[in-house]
Amino acid sequence: MAIAIATQKTAALTGNEAAAQALRQINPDVVAAYPITPQTEIVQLFSTFVSDGLVKTEFVAVESEHSAMSATVGAAAAGARAMTATSSQGLALMWEMLYVAAGMRIPIVMPMVNRALSSPINIHCDHSDSMGARDSGWLQIYSENAQEMYDNLIQAVRIAEHPDVLLPVMVTMDGFIISHGMENVELLPDQAVQDFVGEYNFPYPLLDVEHPRTLGPLTLQDFYFEHKREQAEAVYRAKEVILAAAEEYAAISGRRYGFFEAYRMDDAEYAVVVLGSTAGTAKYVVDGLRQAGEKCGLVKVRVFRPFPGPELCEALSGLKAVGIMDRADTFSTQGGPLFLEVKAALYHAAGQPQCMNFVYGLGGRDIDPELIRQAFVEVKDLMKKPADGVLPIVRYLGVRE
Amino acid sequence: MALPDLAKKPQRFTGGHRACAGCGFPITIKIILQAAENPVVVGCATGCMEVTSTIYPYTAWRCSFIHTAFENAAATVSGIEAAYRSLRRQGKIQQDIDFIAFGGDGGTYDIGLQSLSGAMERGHKLVYVCYNNQGYMNTGIQRSSATPRGANTTTTPAGTQLPGKPQHPKDLTAIMAAHDIPYAAQASMSHWNDLYRKAKKAFAVDGPAFLNVLSTCRLGWATAPEDTVDAAEGAVQCNVWPLYEVEQGKWKLTFKPKKPLPVADWMKQQGRFKHLFRADNSQLLESIQQQVDENWQRLLERCGE
Ligand SMILES: Cc1ncc(C[n+]2csc(CCOP(=O)(O)OP(=O)(O)O)c2C)c(N)n1
Ligand code: SF4
Ligand SMILES: [Mg+2]
Repeated sequence: MAIAIATQKTAALTGNEAAAQALRQINPDVVAAYPITPQTEIVQLFSTFVSDGLVKTEFVAVESEHSAMSATVGAAAAGARAMTATSSQGLALMWEMLYVAAGMRIPIVMPMVNRALSSPINIHCDHSDSMGARDSGWLQIYSENAQEMYDNLIQAVRIAEHPDVLLPVMVTMDGFIISHGMENVELLPDQAVQDFVGEYNFPYPLLDVEHPRTLGPLTLQDFYFEHKREQAEAVYRAKEVILAAAEEYAAISGRRYGFFEAYRMDDAEYAVVVLGSTAGTAKYVVDGLRQAGEKCGLVKVRVFRPFPGPELCEALSGLKAVGIMDRADTFSTQGGPLFLEVKAALYHAAGQPQCMNFVYGLGGRDIDPELIRQAFVEVKDLMKKPADGVLPIVRYLGVRE
Repeated sequence: MALPDLAKKPQRFTGGHRACAGCGFPITIKIILQAAENPVVVGCATGCMEVTSTIYPYTAWRCSFIHTAFENAAATVSGIEAAYRSLRRQGKIQQDIDFIAFGGDGGTYDIGLQSLSGAMERGHKLVYVCYNNQGYMNTGIQRSSATPRGANTTTTPAGTQLPGKPQHPKDLTAIMAAHDIPYAAQASMSHWNDLYRKAKKAFAVDGPAFLNVLSTCRLGWATAPEDTVDAAEGAVQCNVWPLYEVEQGKWKLTFKPKKPLPVADWMKQQGRFKHLFRADNSQLLESIQQQVDENWQRLLERCGE
């Protein structure tokens, strides 16, 4: 059956407004959330939808993010589509419950507005918050702009709730840069979103009192490992589901997504890999360099969990050098989290391109075209160097040393 | 309700769980679940109750049950109750269901107090039950803010310089009553009829209800398994654990000992207070009695007695 692309409405929206619109259109049964800059606006806007009867949602104005995630887990386990949203310290406070949500296979979708972690306290963008949760069992999708935030949130519902997956999904956008920046966003009709997300169908709802079940039991040496193995398998299965959801979404929206976007990579000899809003600036830089005859390209990673290792390896194979840009550090002397993942994936790459890491933009430090150009120059230099294979090359970009 | 009738009601918490022989809380759970007329959904905090009743692949719960973590039973169940309200409003569910959150005193007085306060303040229609065994028993008998003054615990060990826990327990039931919830009560597993009646009231109110139920831990209190009920009874008879309720803001005693026993009589039954009967601790014993008397007087005033 051919699905017609829906007539979409263009609206000038901030990232937070786009996320709130996606939430309104998803129309969850329960939202339990707590305000934190720069996510606050999502909660506020959503509250007005509740007050004005635009959604059927029961809004629970909890007293903390720990309770936000606990109540969301409870609601989703009860048999209701449940969502929350957060940033930074809020995500950190949820940390315990992130693992619980994933381990219990609760399909929650959560907008996560990236902000630096204390200390020192800072309200601006970096990725240390979501990167801290990268091994929590949540799927993670990063957005370049407000449109992607909107599109990713809607797709995330299908991914999380797919019976082969049943895992929570965090959809991120860069705090302030995207959350508070206004752009044109194409919105699907409400009905198209409703049809796309379908009915929530958790297989073991607590409210099905005729079929009582015990969720969250004590599981010891005899079964815990099997439960974790199955959880790991669900993350593998998620890859196919993510691509299928993207296909279906392309059919109704005309916007197509993959694990990552390869920009001007066809004949590239060197490239930079980024996450989030920096990709927009980096594309502009690539265009300029290309005009000057440079054979360079860009890869923007969209899906960080599951990490598309083999696919990225293939995309980067044949390059001579790769620079990986991280808006977070691991404080391990081994570079940022994206670097570690990409480098591990490149172990199997044909010709093993040289690679280096740029940690940049912590606490919202501006990343401008000049800095990115500088990164490209360094990556190009790396092509000429013999493989040292000893220490990772980690540069801190745009910081006073 | 006569005891034989209560015994005939179906059990939603079965035997075969792995609580210690003589543990108090299974009695508490059974009486409360029997008081619920509707199907129930139970949320439970980490602690002895959870770890002894749900060892995978077995469960002692014949009703819907969820455990997520230690400090958040109230928040978890508030989410479940919100889901219920949402689905009921949408016509997706018709049935009446009761919601219960169980937490130990650690999960309620201490680490879970914020989550509990939030859920009560928001007005969810749920019954929160603190099964209070006066210590962190699951992790090996550490002090909580519900542990009686002078008790020997593994984090307030009775030594040569310190005679057990220095502080008197905090009055959580009064704190919950101060939330102006429709029903808050203090009960004991030893007084099953009183507990049953209070649980009935808790399920009946249209809003949050809180029950603080003294439930012996024979291991932590160091009592014989066959003395479990007596040990809880003693706490009531010496006014360490008065039975009362606060209904729509009105305080009412539900049991008054004919002649209150000395606190020392109750303490003597339990190994955790053994050191208090050394001559050098006699003053402490007196001071504990004094504090219990003062609290009792204050309660009588609140209850208009
Ligand atoms: C966040 C967190 N901190 C600590 C623990 C360890 N822990 C598990 S149960 C428990 C004590 C439980 O005490 P209580 O709530 O009184 O229940 P009881 O075991 O006495 O029935 C502790 C400290 C935990 N599971 N989670
Ligand atoms: S340690 Fe205490 S509370 Fe825990 S099961 Fe044993 S008797 Fe019950
Ligand atoms: Mg306890």
